[in-house]
Amino acid sequence: MFKQWIALSAMSLSTLPQRIGASSVIVIGIAGVVAVLVSVLAMGVGLRHTLADGGRADRAIVLRGGSDVELNSNLTREDIAVIGNAPGLAVDGSGKPLLSAELVTVVNVPKKDTGTDANVTLRGVGAKLTEVRPEIVMQSGRMFRPAVRELIAGAGAVRQFRGLEPGSVLHLRNAEWTVTGVFTSNGDVHESELLADADTVASATERTGFSSALVLLSSAGAFDRFKDSLTTDPQLRVDVQREPEYYAAQSKALSQAINVVGNSVAVIMAIGAMFGALNSMYSAVAARGLEIATLRAIGFSAMPVMLSVMVEALALALLGGVIGAALAWIVFNGHSVSTLGSAFSQVVFQLAVTPTLVVTGIVWACVIGLLGGLFPALRAARLPVAEALRAT
Amino acid sequence: MKYLPLIWATLWRKKIRTIFTLASIVIAFLLFGVLETVDAAFTHPNGGASGADKLITTNKYSITLSLPLADAQQIAGVSGVVAVTWITWFGGYYQESKNFIFAQPIDTASYFNVYKDELIVSDAAMQSFLETRTGALVDVALMKKFGWKVGDRLPLHSAIWTQKDGSLDWIFDIVGTLDAKDPAQASALSSTVLFHYEYFDEGRNFGKGDVGWFEERVADPAQSAEMSSRIDAVFANSPNETKTQPAKDFAMAFIKQYGDIGFVLRAILGAVFFTLLFLTGNTMMQSVKERIPELAVLKTLGFADGTVLMLVVGESMLLCVLAALVGLALSFAALPVIRGALQGVELSRDAWIPGLGIAVLLALVIAMPPGIRAMRLNIIDALADRH
Repeated sequence: MFKQWIALSAMSLSTLPQRIGASSVIVIGIAGVVAVLVSVLAMGVGLRHTLADGGRADRAIVLRGGSDVELNSNLTREDIAVIGNAPGLAVDGSGKPLLSAELVTVVNVPKKDTGTDANVTLRGVGAKLTEVRPEIVMQSGRMFRPAVRELIAGAGAVRQFRGLEPGSVLHLRNAEWTVTGVFTSNGDVHESELLADADTVASATERTGFSSALVLLSSAGAFDRFKDSLTTDPQLRVDVQREPEYYAAQSKALSQAINVVGNSVAVIMAIGAMFGALNSMYSAVAARGLEIATLRAIGFSAMPVMLSVMVEALALALLGGVIGAALAWIVFNGHSVSTLGSAFSQVVFQLAVTPTLVVTGIVWACVIGLLGGLFPALRAARLPVAEALRAT
Repeated sequence: MKYLPLIWATLWRKKIRTIFTLASIVIAFLLFGVLETVDAAFTHPNGGASGADKLITTNKYSITLSLPLADAQQIAGVSGVVAVTWITWFGGYYQESKNFIFAQPIDTASYFNVYKDELIVSDAAMQSFLETRTGALVDVALMKKFGWKVGDRLPLHSAIWTQKDGSLDWIFDIVGTLDAKDPAQASALSSTVLFHYEYFDEGRNFGKGDVGWFEERVADPAQSAEMSSRIDAVFANSPNETKTQPAKDFAMAFIKQYGDIGFVLRAILGAVFFTLLFLTGNTMMQSVKERIPELAVLKTLGFADGTVLMLVVGESMLLCVLAALVGLALSFAALPVIRGALQGVELSRDAWIPGLGIAVLLALVIAMPPGIRAMRLNIIDALADRH
């Protein structure tokens, strides 16, 4: 029986080119579903890569208690001093804690594609920036200097927003800020931001406190000691999180929403493509009625006939799946987009068509192909031999 | 029209095939209806409860930067401004951060001066609101959602504003409900809670005397662009420059920040319809091919070439338009679900006309190749099965 199945499958696959019209319906239908599914999910993956993969386990972020995002948080200079004296911090050569007191504000910068203003994060950072965040590397230009109105722009922000090239001047609150360089940050969310000296940003925005404190711990294991000392201090009311946890929480809602949209659109499309596959396979079975009846008459049993129809549907679906995933990869992989993140500011990210997504797409394709092939295959198996032979 | 029964009969020549084809077109139009409505909601936002005569003045550099309350006097002095009020972003939520509440500290007199034509508050509720320092007016739908009653104590958490004791929890007393005069605007109010600016400003431990933004009502909506620049001119070169725009533009600019949603939706629809075109076109081709002897008989009976073409086009038209109607009707049935997911976004039902237009176009494109083939059919060859 296995031999019969192999022989029949090879035969039906070799006659495929003769039914190119009907077969291509399955291929193109499924390619469409997979292309849309993979593209939308690639957005979710890209967003997660940018937001959730940011951060190191040996870094912690301190916010005012109850503020879930930096923009809402407020820490005084006294708070920062207490945080800097907490145990578990890494120190520099002269024994100073590796801490960056940061002030997060949002400024309007026009988007390149629409020309309308978008909320871009302007992050004031402390003098220990490059030690606390060693992943920040200048791509072009130079680092900003403290005490003058200079800033550096993330590579993602430069791609999405207007007027952030080195040398450009940004008007912010009656003052002109010069962009002195472009930095990369390992592809994380800070590449969507502008960085400047915290005290300069504070004086420009007339703020006295800070938004958050980012600290480098002496080791990832020192986190609990550091956190406990701050949360048990009656003078302070702060939340302490490991940096990766903070960013994972930030991206959760948005990437979930993208996944829900992607999957529901793909389910609806998949149902449509399944009907297309059913149609094509039914007509394939009808067109091969005489052939199938002849095979049955010379001794092939029903099961291999049925399986060969399934194999045909599956092969076409697989082809469609591969084409769809390839299409999504060619068109969208690395495509840069931006949206409003949960922190009320723009997050620039790139669509990422990962191998996992390609596999997901192909699995969907196979399921559609199997369901679309099942009923026509049953019909093929049940074809009354004598009648079919007489049908011409 | 007299050929309708004939077209109907040929359409159902192969029932299963027609049903599957219909179903896949129905699904394409269901998607079209849903995505088109979502797109419309994003490209034509209604600007909250505000009409065309409303302007919004924010800090020029960022909506997150505040403005001094004293600016209200100067804005009120600009000719053409009928009323001005101020609001601050409270960042409120109820119990959990997923229960977002658009809680707004308002100055009662000026707020209802600006929104007198949009909101309904009973006289009793208004009286009680004015008398209660911690009073709150709550949108009717929100009351229902959480099962709150007038007289309930309402604790809200602010993500931003600490009180003097450092607490982020604020307590209000629900004194009455708030509703939109225009039912179509009701969803824009759907998570609104209004409370007193005085209570808020006295309670908070920083930012006193500042407000988030100003909202104005102007005499002549047609002049809102000039009015906007007139207001901004007042604060030019001050430490707090402003950016004033019509409420609708403000909402639009905000929504645009989410990215080019329209492009994503159109790309998906493009993929759907291309796939569909291929699918249905192939089915039509097949169906005509199988009927060649029948068509030849019709021609023998004296049907003109044009009539045969019309029969094929008619069949495709019937199939597409019927399926499009069902699909669009289903998508409208799904509107309440989407409205739940997209809070505060007004959904329209304007997808009918473009939807039916696309259905007709689709039908024509699909019917053309097999139709022309049927039209050119040579009777002798067709009857002899030499096609």
